[in-house]
Amino acid sequence: MIRMRKAFDVTTLPGFTFIAITAFVLLYAPIVTLVIYSFNGGNSVNLWGGFSLKWYAEAAGNEAVQGAAVRSFIIAVSASGIATTVATMAALGTTRRGKFKGQTAIYIMINQPLMVPEIVTAVALLIFFSSIKIATGYTGLGYLIIAHAAFCVPFAYLPIRARLEGMDLTMETAAADLYATPWQTFRYVTLPILMPGVIAGAMLAFVISLDDVIITEFVKSAGQDTLPTYMLGQLRRALTPEVNAISTALLALTVVILTAFFLITRKRD
Amino acid sequence: MSEEHAVVAQNVGKVYGTGAAAFTALGDISIAIRKGEFFTLLGPSGCGKTTLLRCIAGFETPTSGAILLSGRDITGVPPNQRPVNTVFQSYALFPHLTVAENVGFGLKMQGKSKAEIDAAVDRVLGLVKLEPFATRLPAQLSGGQQQRVALARALAPEPEVLLLDEPLSALDLKLRKAMQVELKRLQTETGITFIFVTHDQEEALTMSDRIGVMSAGALLQVGSPHEIYEKPVDRFVADFIGETNFLEGEARADGVEIAPGVVLPVTGHAGPVTLAVRPEQLRIGPPGEGLEAEVAEAVYMGTDTHFTLTLAGGPQVVARVQSRAGPEPRVGDKVGVSIDAAAVQVLAE
Amino acid sequence: MSGPGRSKAANGWLLSAPALLLLLVAASGPLLIVAVYSFLEKGDYSGVRWILSGEAWFRVLFERDIFDGTVSLADANLSIFWRSVKLSLATTFITFALGLPTAWFIATRPPKARAVWLFLITIPFWTNLLIRTFAIMEVIRNQGLLNTFLINLGVISEPIQILYTDTAVLIGMAYVYLPLMVLPLFAAIDRFDFKLIEAGYDLYATRWRILRSVVLPIIKPGIVAGCILVFVPSLGAYVTPRVLGGGKNMMIGNFIELQFGQGQNWPLGAALSMVLLVIVMGALLIYTRVSSRDDPHA
Repeated sequence: MIRMRKAFDVTTLPGFTFIAITAFVLLYAPIVTLVIYSFNGGNSVNLWGGFSLKWYAEAAGNEAVQGAAVRSFIIAVSASGIATTVATMAALGTTRRGKFKGQTAIYIMINQPLMVPEIVTAVALLIFFSSIKIATGYTGLGYLIIAHAAFCVPFAYLPIRARLEGMDLTMETAAADLYATPWQTFRYVTLPILMPGVIAGAMLAFVISLDDVIITEFVKSAGQDTLPTYMLGQLRRALTPEVNAISTALLALTVVILTAFFLITRKRD
Repeated sequence: MSEEHAVVAQNVGKVYGTGAAAFTALGDISIAIRKGEFFTLLGPSGCGKTTLLRCIAGFETPTSGAILLSGRDITGVPPNQRPVNTVFQSYALFPHLTVAENVGFGLKMQGKSKAEIDAAVDRVLGLVKLEPFATRLPAQLSGGQQQRVALARALAPEPEVLLLDEPLSALDLKLRKAMQVELKRLQTETGITFIFVTHDQEEALTMSDRIGVMSAGALLQVGSPHEIYEKPVDRFVADFIGETNFLEGEARADGVEIAPGVVLPVTGHAGPVTLAVRPEQLRIGPPGEGLEAEVAEAVYMGTDTHFTLTLAGGPQVVARVQSRAGPEPRVGDKVGVSIDAAAVQVLAE
Repeated sequence: MSGPGRSKAANGWLLSAPALLLLLVAASGPLLIVAVYSFLEKGDYSGVRWILSGEAWFRVLFERDIFDGTVSLADANLSIFWRSVKLSLATTFITFALGLPTAWFIATRPPKARAVWLFLITIPFWTNLLIRTFAIMEVIRNQGLLNTFLINLGVISEPIQILYTDTAVLIGMAYVYLPLMVLPLFAAIDRFDFKLIEAGYDLYATRWRILRSVVLPIIKPGIVAGCILVFVPSLGAYVTPRVLGGGKNMMIGNFIELQFGQGQNWPLGAALSMVLLVIVMGALLIYTRVSSRDDPHA
């Protein structure tokens, strides 16, 4: 005699599953709509005119978009490179050596970009860099690279630190026991183990830099639009699916990088 | 069999998954646990004893069969409506509540008045000797104290049945021994039916009124500790509880032949049989007394010594002999082994 | 004793130095300049004159009549502050109401499915804020998905004007900040011992009592973290109110920007930035207090 009975599931709370599914639908419906309309053959962001890649071609052929894309890429690569390098050093300096004086101050300093509202930092950088621009006459991409590198530091730092904290200290002791110099220990033991954390940190920094709007908007000099600020500028004109096409391309890039990030960070298990 | 029984399981089965991936956690379990009894479900991990306990608590629903509480079918009743409380293996104390709040939780949920709750909490904390810790948080207590809080919390609503899921497994040996005595005392004082799950046969033998031995989702034997130990029904029970020598043999009219020419005087059986003999039932004497044997190994254990003996014809048995002053047999010595026929259990093949 | 300790600290500082220098130049240092600017006089065109003045701070809350010099509360500013706080609180509430069940749902999935759901919540989290704001804009605009859908359904005959209202800003912020609420809640629920729920049911609690008396108190640090993580960026939001509020429905962030753009009052913008900074720091301080108090190991 087999009776089908509903099992008593302790993890179920009233209405929770329904709300959760609704939340996922609400979260994805706008993004999916945006992506679908990037393939719109018509000229409108809300009237469907058949499937077409014309807006991707339009965006790719637009010199302003090309320039913005190149700038976004240069800034993101340089800024994430700088941020990852200094964050790796800082992570090595602040983990696995016990508590030391000023450690909290360093933490606060490194995580500062996560705490201060971005608009405040943007305003501060506007004031600071505009006086330097006047004083030096230099108006290149350097300001944007430095500004991006600074707010990318905590995003690079956190995964590297997490990796370091999960690392077995005795491995370095073992290396030292086997005649390795401190540099050799770092080069052949610490760094290879740390590498997934470093790559993960660099990826997050890259995505964060690529996505930034506010600080870029305030720091950029004339003609220094990145993709996000270009899109923000398009708002003043009639929106065309070109914005959807650029958004979809950026979205795809983000998803690819994130997938790689998850694969890298999960490999250790 | 209803009113005098606290819990009755009728043909309870539990299958996880379906089709080829289906796993039978409980076969066809029928058991009747008497009111006021200290009943232990004993078996190795994965034998289904915890699943059965969770079916009684209401956290698992049997795939087939029924569970009765004082004669009432509670198979489909959710756990928060069963007058049954559980002491969890991990204790599962609420970390944000004090000891007193933890203990009073069940009564509060039942909508009891504050005065009633306070009185019950005081009484139960007194029972487990934790009055001075009433305002502490669980994290501020030792493992043993946390264990008592878990016990007090489950006892406070005065359940008809208390379920204990390996509650002593996280304690060290000394504390575990003390808690065994304590649990037995609490059970006697409160008169509540205890259903205790463990894989520790010694624990089961010490505390229980009756024991149910389980293996692979089946209930093999139910009986008093004495019955389980002295009269195991099959090889698994005999092997799982205590140490046992197994001797394969052929039953004849004059006894069981365990090696060519070696016959134990156990009569009344026929065909191939397995004999089970506890090591302490073997007696070692000078050569010529009983069966001929040679000492293969002697391990001194303090209060007693374990001898591995090779009987004439090959089979080996272990004998446990109380240590005493004076010379003991050594490895290589020829000795005589006598086995009391009454102490030999004949297991069906 | 102090020797190795000191060298440990020295090494720590030395290795951290490049990061600290970078942050000093391009993050913390400029904040000090903002603080200084808030006490200067505004320049004729833009920028500042180097004369000490409390005018900017005065102008944060008050205004002076141009003709007779009578002082009154600056209603326009106050309504912007009030809108910012109101919308941020509402955003926090909505994201919590949606985020708690979502986080719970993810945390109670089997491990493989959980990784997938978690990834699905992480994608919007890392997706460009501007893209997500565009996405929600295309849904709520007059010719957008929502209005078209409702008109086709016959619920309404004319499109509802949602875009460029406070409602639009609220919908947008709730949309873009929802992942910020879900992730800390998930982390808290993931650490939660589900045996405690069994214990609760075993002790006669109903599902609601379990939620109220067992789950919520224990995951409180995650709730506080989620609420702060949503409230703080909501209060300083710039992109979402700019795109969805259409310039009229400003929040503090847009008001600050205005002072550096058309308003050309840098000291006022600096003072407003400081006000925002102080409120945010206050919220973060509350968070660290609450989380350290609830940490049994602290």
